[in-house]
Amino acid sequence: MAENKIEIRNLYKAFGKKKVLNGVDLDVKKGESLVVIGGSGTGKSVLIKCIQGLLIPDSGSIKIDGVETVETSENIHEKMGMLFQGAALFDSLSVWENVAFVPLGKGKMSKKDAKTEAIRVLRQVGLAPDVADLSPAELSGGMQKRVGLARAIITKPEIIFFDEPTTGLDPIMADVINDLIIESARGLGATTLTITHDMASARKIADRIAMLYHGKIIWIGTVKEMENSDNPYLQQFITGNAQGPIQVEV
Amino acid sequence: MLKKTLGTFLQTLGKAPLAFIINLGYFTQFVAKSVYNCFMPPFYFRLFGMQFLNIGFYSLPVVGLTTLFAGMVIAIQTYSGISEYGAESVVASVVLISVTRELAPVLSALMVAGRIGAAMAAEIGTMRVTEQIDALITLSANPFRYLIAPRIWAAIIVMPLLVLFGDIIGIFGGYLVGVYKLDFNPANYITNTMDFMKSTDIIMGMVKAGVFGFIISVMGCYHGYRSKGGAQGVGEATTNAVVTASILILIANYLITELFFAR
Repeated sequence: MAENKIEIRNLYKAFGKKKVLNGVDLDVKKGESLVVIGGSGTGKSVLIKCIQGLLIPDSGSIKIDGVETVETSENIHEKMGMLFQGAALFDSLSVWENVAFVPLGKGKMSKKDAKTEAIRVLRQVGLAPDVADLSPAELSGGMQKRVGLARAIITKPEIIFFDEPTTGLDPIMADVINDLIIESARGLGATTLTITHDMASARKIADRIAMLYHGKIIWIGTVKEMENSDNPYLQQFITGNAQGPIQVEV
Repeated sequence: MLKKTLGTFLQTLGKAPLAFIINLGYFTQFVAKSVYNCFMPPFYFRLFGMQFLNIGFYSLPVVGLTTLFAGMVIAIQTYSGISEYGAESVVASVVLISVTRELAPVLSALMVAGRIGAAMAAEIGTMRVTEQIDALITLSANPFRYLIAPRIWAAIIVMPLLVLFGDIIGIFGGYLVGVYKLDFNPANYITNTMDFMKSTDIIMGMVKAGVFGFIISVMGCYHGYRSKGGAQGVGEATTNAVVTASILILIANYLITELFFAR
């Protein structure tokens, strides 16, 4: 059995009276692609923000490579890359400066080398070199996602997080991004954790799927197991049925 | 029934001070973190240079116009408020003292608070709501060092220079009114100005400006950094940054003045 890259136990996080994570237990194996599905507001984003240290959980344990993240003094972000929902590109920098942000910031690379490297990674995600000098505001949503992906993989991270990678894209562009996610993760041998409510995307990129509901993982298994599962919550979610045990708060 | 109403009333009454104390705690923590990170490497000199240019160079017209008219008004007011006997020396000295000690630092700071404090809050606020600040953290860049420290350093260093510029323009405004409207002798006006000029007044104005620069940048960054909820949140952050910075500038101005000039 493959060792766990990420190990989450009994994770709690509340905002005021609203309990968002209510005892999450989750393991992500080394090299696997785990997709967390769940409706809007179920705490998917909070979960990955806690793993990355962007939010501090109220209690519980998050281990990466067996090391507790809150206790370690090492920079856990060096192991991680993240593709944000809205790409979160820096408007004040050009596309290539965004992609080469880490190599440039560390001063390990000259400006010229960093640009060459950025253009190489941009090519890898299907963008032409002439995009490099544009500003992020001049790009379409799909192109921004690609730049965001390039920025996430340029450091060759061991873990990549994808926050709603296909939201806001047309189905064809969404599929292109799915392919890029699979290719880049496979190319790097990275462990990936994706949160989404796009089932087409989840089916395509997942090795395993976990469902988050009311702040807990209520189901976990492979795509095949998901299709055959008789869990009513899971079935309602994947079939997109308004009738069922999941009550939508309106 | 009465008990319940009383309970709700007390709850509502307690909420405001509680929120104030919580925000004060966040603010104190933010200031401490900002100051600490101002002295910690890496230092982003390019970002510092950009802020220096933005706060300093591009504020020159605003500061120049404000202090020019302030100097002119003071000259007229002083002249109309005193007897004409000895007006020539009094107008020059009053313009000099009021511009260097008070008008140039305070008016420049209020104008820069409107221009720069708002821009800082809007820029950092937008970065916050579009997750760019989270992105900085995931890319191993400390937002306090990357975003906030260059702005604080630039504001503290450039504000005294802006005020020095404002001093010159403000005194020149007084000179224009004195010579061309009140028919004072230009040479006498300049001599009177030079006679009353004290380096302590000018330096004090510049020290005030440094403190105001700190206030403007910290308030702009703080409100931007804590903004949430999209466009509306960023709008609120911008307003709050300007209002709080303006009030704190006036309070700090009184405190510094009392500390150095009250005898």
